[in-house]
Amino acid sequence: MSSIKIELRKDDVDFIKGVCASFNNDPQELINVLHSCQEHFGYLPAEIQEVVSEGLNMPVAKIYGVVTFYSFFTMTPKGKNPISICLGTACYVRGAEKVLDEFKKELGIEVGQSTNDNKFSLSSLRCVGACGLAPVVLVGDKTYGRVAPDDVKNILKEYE
Amino acid sequence: MSKYSMHLLVCGGTSCHASESDAIVCNLRDELEARGLVDSVQVIVTGCFGFCEKGPIVKVLPDNTFYVQVKPEDAQTIVEEHVIKGRKITRLLYQDPVTKEPFADSKNMGFFKKQLRIVLRNCGFINPENIDEYIAREGYQALGKVLSEMSPEEVIKVVKDSGQKGRGGGGFPTGLKWELARKSVSDEKYVVCNADEGDPGAFMDRSVLEGDPHSVLEAMAICGYSIGASNGLIYIRAEYPLAIERLKIAIKQAREYGLLGNDILGTGFNFDITLRYGAGAFVCGEETALIHSMEGLRGEPTVKPPFPAESGYRGKPTNVNNVETFAAIPVIILKGSKWFSSIGTEKAKGTKVFALAGKINNVGLIEVPMGTTLREVIFEIGGGIRNGKKFKGVQTGGPSGGCLTEKHLDTPIDFDNLIAAGSMMGSGAMIVLDQDDCMVSMAKYFLDFTVEESCGKCAPCRIGNKRLHELLGQICDGKGTLSDLDRLRNMSLVIKDTSLCGLGQTSPNPVLSMLDNFWDEYVAHVTDKKCPAGQCRSLMEYIVNAENCVGCTACARVCPVNAISGERKEVHLIDSSICIKCGACMEKCKFDAIFIS
Repeated sequence: MSSIKIELRKDDVDFIKGVCASFNNDPQELINVLHSCQEHFGYLPAEIQEVVSEGLNMPVAKIYGVVTFYSFFTMTPKGKNPISICLGTACYVRGAEKVLDEFKKELGIEVGQSTNDNKFSLSSLRCVGACGLAPVVLVGDKTYGRVAPDDVKNILKEYE
Repeated sequence: MSKYSMHLLVCGGTSCHASESDAIVCNLRDELEARGLVDSVQVIVTGCFGFCEKGPIVKVLPDNTFYVQVKPEDAQTIVEEHVIKGRKITRLLYQDPVTKEPFADSKNMGFFKKQLRIVLRNCGFINPENIDEYIAREGYQALGKVLSEMSPEEVIKVVKDSGQKGRGGGGFPTGLKWELARKSVSDEKYVVCNADEGDPGAFMDRSVLEGDPHSVLEAMAICGYSIGASNGLIYIRAEYPLAIERLKIAIKQAREYGLLGNDILGTGFNFDITLRYGAGAFVCGEETALIHSMEGLRGEPTVKPPFPAESGYRGKPTNVNNVETFAAIPVIILKGSKWFSSIGTEKAKGTKVFALAGKINNVGLIEVPMGTTLREVIFEIGGGIRNGKKFKGVQTGGPSGGCLTEKHLDTPIDFDNLIAAGSMMGSGAMIVLDQDDCMVSMAKYFLDFTVEESCGKCAPCRIGNKRLHELLGQICDGKGTLSDLDRLRNMSLVIKDTSLCGLGQTSPNPVLSMLDNFWDEYVAHVTDKKCPAGQCRSLMEYIVNAENCVGCTACARVCPVNAISGERKEVHLIDSSICIKCGACMEKCKFDAIFIS
């Protein structure tokens, strides 16, 4: 499991238990529970999964199985400005890979990692459905369209 | 809508939204307000017009003026010139890419001319967040008709007779599916809408949900009545926040109007809909995997039978249809099965929505009758290939489909023809490729996707696709042999035959179709160690053109591995055994003296 050890405060535990209760502690609602927890905490470390396991009365192994199965769930925290590069087919044929390479070069990190100051994290995703703007880059909630490798420096500068 | 003399429709789809269409709406409203025109001119945020390439779009009704690439600061001009003085703003009109002639009326644009919009009938016309606008365009009339005049069996007969087939990729007859679910005996049944649009490059489901969510809700209620279900679930990708938001609004409004919930329209029929969120797994588009995901489990498929119609969600009979399939149902009920089956070809009825993307001029969402040819779609509606490049192929059906070439351009599009040509309909993504796209790299790209998305349950898909991906990687790196091409084909056939679900059964399709249609290109990679498209980095060679080189030493200084030698003012030389093909020298050279062979 994740190497990061975190300690949950009591109100964090209460929050998770509250989420479980709001879904009637029904194990079939696991994915909805995980969505709510990730929205609140930003990621789903083992400690959170353990509390969910108590709340829904199901083995933590099952929860871990679900968290690692779906790409939307993550066990590592994202940076302050999460950068996602769309690698859907439309973006790919319009050069998204080169844009991704440029981000890797500029930030010195690989996909799935965060910078040391935790300012940026890098991920790739498959199709946000804005194919008219290909290649597309998301930084937080902001969408950048028709991004060329040369634009990367300027995009990063906006978050300096 | 009647009290207004003019309507300004602004696209609020994901693509236009990302290009500040909300700022356009704000500015237009401010401008109208400042001039006291808010009572006669209405600004409406609509769903996707489909013409994403030139977004954001502003359409003016009643005169059908179609403004493209509008910026927030254009709002003032639109109000002053068009709204007040009635003059069309030429610079914002869409121009014919060849003749540069501006189109004053969007009906004449090549993009719209050949389209027939049934599923997308309301996208770009109504405000998706206002149920009254849906009702004004015959919304919920089909539900009323079904509940008051028709028996469930009659509804199923209409759907069966219409010839409608599942638009999510499978192509299974919709009416038959409903009939199977109807015949299953159970105290509880479920209607599920599959909105887990995972195929990269396909965005029709998202556009329908964003632009016309009520059409799906209405169809699900009709389906519920037909099969005897009172619960509906929409399984939607968490990556579609705007669609989720609009669905929530639509469900709330429908409940308020008594169109969902208990005793709908006073007929005693109960039906309600809840949302379930996906979490980013392509395989969940497969119906058994989708059902497991809704139950809070890993989205792994199971062997059919039992089919969901017998035992699905929570072990109860479940009918799963795709968004696009549902969206056509209300029209089929209102206009009848004869009308629907008169559109399309003998074997494929109705229309199909395609998402055009890639190296094509008009990226966007289109809807055409079945039987339209690829040439019409790509060259007439799509406006041909970008930057005057040459058409090379079109990938239909996403990572599960195949790549079709020039020789298939005049094939009428339907389920059977595409399969016969080595591809498939899939959900309707069409990625157009030009001369610069390498077919080995493309196959590797699709396998990359499949490997990542394989759930890992069955060995052929989990291990086989990984091996295919490795082989393709070796070929791109110039380490492939002719016998590798045979291995590619044999392994592909085994994976297809032995995988558990649709993902594995179709994942080798891109490889097989590209081997068939671009054999020479694959051979060039393995025997000549050349990539004809100039995409595979390992197979490129950077060469100095002695005629252009002035010996400025700029390239030698920028080379990170010191592969370039040569004295000042003398022709330089690149040692290809050291060169890492980074391209820095070519970028630096001001004299066009470095080229790729």
